[in-house]
Amino acid sequence: MLDYLFRRIGSLLATLLVASLIVFVVIEVVPGDPASYMLGMNAEADTLAALRSELGLDRAKPQRYLEWVSGMLRGDFGRSYTYRTPVADMVSDRLWISLPLTLYALTLSTLIAFPAGILAASRRGGVVDTVVMAFTQLGIAIPNFWFAMLLVLLFAIKLGWFSAGGFAGWDAGAFAAMKSLTLPAVALALPQAAILARVMRSSLLDVLGEDYLRTARAKGLSRRQALLNHALRNALIPVLTIIGLQFSFMLAGAIIIENVFFLPGLGRLIFQSIAQRDLIVVESVVMLLVFAVVVVTFFVDLTYAWVDPRLRHGR
Amino acid sequence: MKLRSLLPGAVLVLVVLIAALLSFLWTPFDVTDLDIRNKLKTPDGAHLLGTDHFGRDILSMLMVGARTSIAVALVAVGIGMGVGVPLGLAAASRRGSWLDEFIMRGNDLVFAFPSLLIAIMITAVFGPGAVNAIIAIGIFNIPVFARLTRGAALSLWTREFIMAARVAGKNSVRISVEHILPNIMNLLLVQGTIQFSLGILAEAALSYVGLGAQPPIPSWGRMLADSQTLITLAPHLAIFPGLAIVLTVLGLNLLGDGLRDWLDPRLRRER
Amino acid sequence: MKRLIRFPFFLLLALAGAQALAARTEVTLGMQLEPPNLDPTGGAAAAIDEVVYANVFEGLTRFGPDGSVGPALAREYFIENEGTRYIFTLQPNVKFHDGTDMNADDVVFSINRAMAEDSTNAQKQLFANIDSVEAVDPLTVVFNLTQADGNLLFNLAWGDAVIVASESIDNATTNPVGTGPFVFNKWVQGDSITLKKNPDYWGEPAKLVKATFKFISEPTAAYAALMASDLDAFPTFPAPENLAQFDADPRFSVVVGSTEGETILAFNNAKPPLDDVRVRQALSLAINREEIIDGAMYGYGTPIGSHFAPHHPAYLDLTAQASFDPDKARALLKEAGHESGLTISLKLPPPAYARRGGEIIAAQLRDVGVTAEIENLEWAQWLEQVFKGKDFDLTIVSHTEPMDIGIYAKPEYYFQYNNADFQALMQAFNSEADEAVRTGMLQQAQQMIADDYVNGYLFQLAKTGVANNKLKGLWANSPTQANDLTAVYWDE
Repeated sequence: MLDYLFRRIGSLLATLLVASLIVFVVIEVVPGDPASYMLGMNAEADTLAALRSELGLDRAKPQRYLEWVSGMLRGDFGRSYTYRTPVADMVSDRLWISLPLTLYALTLSTLIAFPAGILAASRRGGVVDTVVMAFTQLGIAIPNFWFAMLLVLLFAIKLGWFSAGGFAGWDAGAFAAMKSLTLPAVALALPQAAILARVMRSSLLDVLGEDYLRTARAKGLSRRQALLNHALRNALIPVLTIIGLQFSFMLAGAIIIENVFFLPGLGRLIFQSIAQRDLIVVESVVMLLVFAVVVVTFFVDLTYAWVDPRLRHGR
Repeated sequence: MKLRSLLPGAVLVLVVLIAALLSFLWTPFDVTDLDIRNKLKTPDGAHLLGTDHFGRDILSMLMVGARTSIAVALVAVGIGMGVGVPLGLAAASRRGSWLDEFIMRGNDLVFAFPSLLIAIMITAVFGPGAVNAIIAIGIFNIPVFARLTRGAALSLWTREFIMAARVAGKNSVRISVEHILPNIMNLLLVQGTIQFSLGILAEAALSYVGLGAQPPIPSWGRMLADSQTLITLAPHLAIFPGLAIVLTVLGLNLLGDGLRDWLDPRLRRER
Repeated sequence: MKRLIRFPFFLLLALAGAQALAARTEVTLGMQLEPPNLDPTGGAAAAIDEVVYANVFEGLTRFGPDGSVGPALAREYFIENEGTRYIFTLQPNVKFHDGTDMNADDVVFSINRAMAEDSTNAQKQLFANIDSVEAVDPLTVVFNLTQADGNLLFNLAWGDAVIVASESIDNATTNPVGTGPFVFNKWVQGDSITLKKNPDYWGEPAKLVKATFKFISEPTAAYAALMASDLDAFPTFPAPENLAQFDADPRFSVVVGSTEGETILAFNNAKPPLDDVRVRQALSLAINREEIIDGAMYGYGTPIGSHFAPHHPAYLDLTAQASFDPDKARALLKEAGHESGLTISLKLPPPAYARRGGEIIAAQLRDVGVTAEIENLEWAQWLEQVFKGKDFDLTIVSHTEPMDIGIYAKPEYYFQYNNADFQALMQAFNSEADEAVRTGMLQQAQQMIADDYVNGYLFQLAKTGVANNKLKGLWANSPTQANDLTAVYWDE
């Protein structure tokens, strides 16, 4: 196991290193100059040069790459070109919206998916199962940004229960803040809930088909008892895996939803920084998201390896 | 044999395909013609689904937009298969080799980037457009097919008929092409359908944020983006393109499920 | 000879307004874009000025709501030496928000900083004619010019020329310290900026106690925020399509004013086929302005026929010179040898006027046999490719700087209009002091570029503001990009 762990950590670090190189190279070749974006149409050549040197853009690219990477290792993400504030501060501000939003959405999707999946599995083939499955098919097919628009149309514009966008801020109190995250969370959660419910159902059915449960049922357990007492626990592993993957997916997938609702989260930060050619912010946020995905995948793999020793040897 | 998802899926997909093909020959109105005096009309006899902010016929735009969605998603899946399947076959045939390791690490790397981020980065470098949307979606499809192919091929390599082919002196490339590939075709077809539906969703998302096909080529995602500021004035502008996406994706998913049940009874789950 | 000129006093009176009793004293305004930082002397973003201009920072002179230039930190001025020497007398007892005094040294520092070699001022050309600035005594500053400059007072009114203090300017990006009637209070990045009343203001104090600028770029969200009364006003509402709905709602008033934004279909004058005046004329005639204003701006916007604001006294209505005439356009194209059609690029920056207007123009051009291939660009790409690289045939952009017809005298400017007569005319204009002569010259300039069909002139961008009925004193027009809150109050 230890050997496996070291190998996985090694490949994790290698992935991050290569990813950082790709991110840097790709983003540095993006056409457009942050200085000319900031100074606009009347800027003169020497003004631009002055700003470029003030921002450190005139230094060689390899040097900037090394500074960026070594800075990140020390927790220093550099300074934003446009905002002139530390990137780390900006990112942590935005994380206070993106992270709660993701967790909120994940909670909602789990709360919807678990009962739906269990219900469908326990009534396999019945009306409830058919209805649940039909809904999940629909849920998977709905683009979350369109669903978000419909939510805005109904709950913000027609009914006026929620605001159509923006973030109240945690200063306004937890309730107000959560309220402004509710529609986005629902929009983000529903398609994920559909996927999760399907995984829950099929995973339960798989477990129910296994020998020990057949034995348990032969011993006189009712189908429901078997399901809840034995099957659920064992079916949870694939489900938790999916939840883990959905976490990183939603953190990044919130990009579009944050744009629909105009939430000042990480996703909006990426779009805004690309438009402003605030390259260092783009690089750092992309790396952060890559880091989140890689680490979550790492833990998912570890869990699997722990549960199923065969996986530790050669993949 | 139950075909309850195959049939409705096939019907939905067929309707979209026919609409897209028909649009080459005929649409109710010319989608490049602007008619600003008749903008934002609600559905009526002349315009069955109403008109948009430039007075263009929404039904016509949906028909032509179907072409864009299908073309982008299809080519992207094609790229994913065309590159991913050979990679997967190669990795499986030299299991544990540096090639296998290299391919799988490469896959991990691509998976490490959230798909939308790849797309945003690519379009930031090369500019928005249908071709770049295709590349962006295509890149993300490569590891999906590579992994699937490798996994399925690995289990086939241990089977007796492959052993027999090996004994007969066939090299690994020939075995991969002649014996492995035909045996995983069904699996690829099913996954291809699912990836196709994901491609439609991805294209819509990219166009929605302005990174997909550029005007005047209609696309469903951009129709939704254009409708956003008008949602209080003309909700039908937001509803019809969304429905088109949902029905297409739903159709493809049902078709994929149905195909799986139909083609490979072993994969069929008890339902 | 010495001339003494006192600033007209009516401006201050007009700004004073009426005092209301026991009314609300806080206001929340919506803005579409968030400023990247809060230093108006270090960036071009209009959003910076929209927050701090006249509220936090003040210059020697300032723009009034009607676009006229009036006094601010300078009380009066004298002109000497044939217009090459300006002497400003400063307002006494002015303090920066950090409590330090504002005096002649700060003026010298601010202007020298903006002019300096390593300055990052986005409008450095404003100071081009200034040779040196000297402090004579704490309340007197002398500007020595290299040549007479009739625009100096106008130039010093810009947000890029505000007076800052050497002690605080380094932190102005996130903590601006000025002399204005409002003090910077708080910035929640990605959300809002709050200003508070400056109790020690040297002039007429503000009536509001607190003002919050909230940044909502998504028009639907802006619409909903106004409807839900989360915002009291949106001085420049981004979606003209929604204005009719606000107009119908008794809680709101829609104020349509003018801006300095001449929206043009720019031609690349140096690149074939647009180096041919017949082609440029043909494209100008192929455009139906009314349809563009209706389709892209929902009717808000004034047609223009040259690069000049219709509300300016020297404006000449030249719209008839390029009125919609597709037949003549086709004939001209034929004459220029493009009978079989023409394919050119149309590069569009992000604003709705450009994206929507571009689609309409592409359709109109298609009608006369010109294929315009649309390419949507972000601002950064637009600046790189179009503005700097001059790699374009057509583009649509709104030139929002006030009185900027002078850009046509720069042959290296992105549309590359090179006409020696026009350059000589502008040269003469810049050193002319007589208003009547200046007006004549401006009209001549308008005519000249209209005759050369330098660009396709579309419309003057309207300022479409939405505000709560009871909120008074917001600017109706936009002579510069600002939300001056000095005179804003609740009338209840």
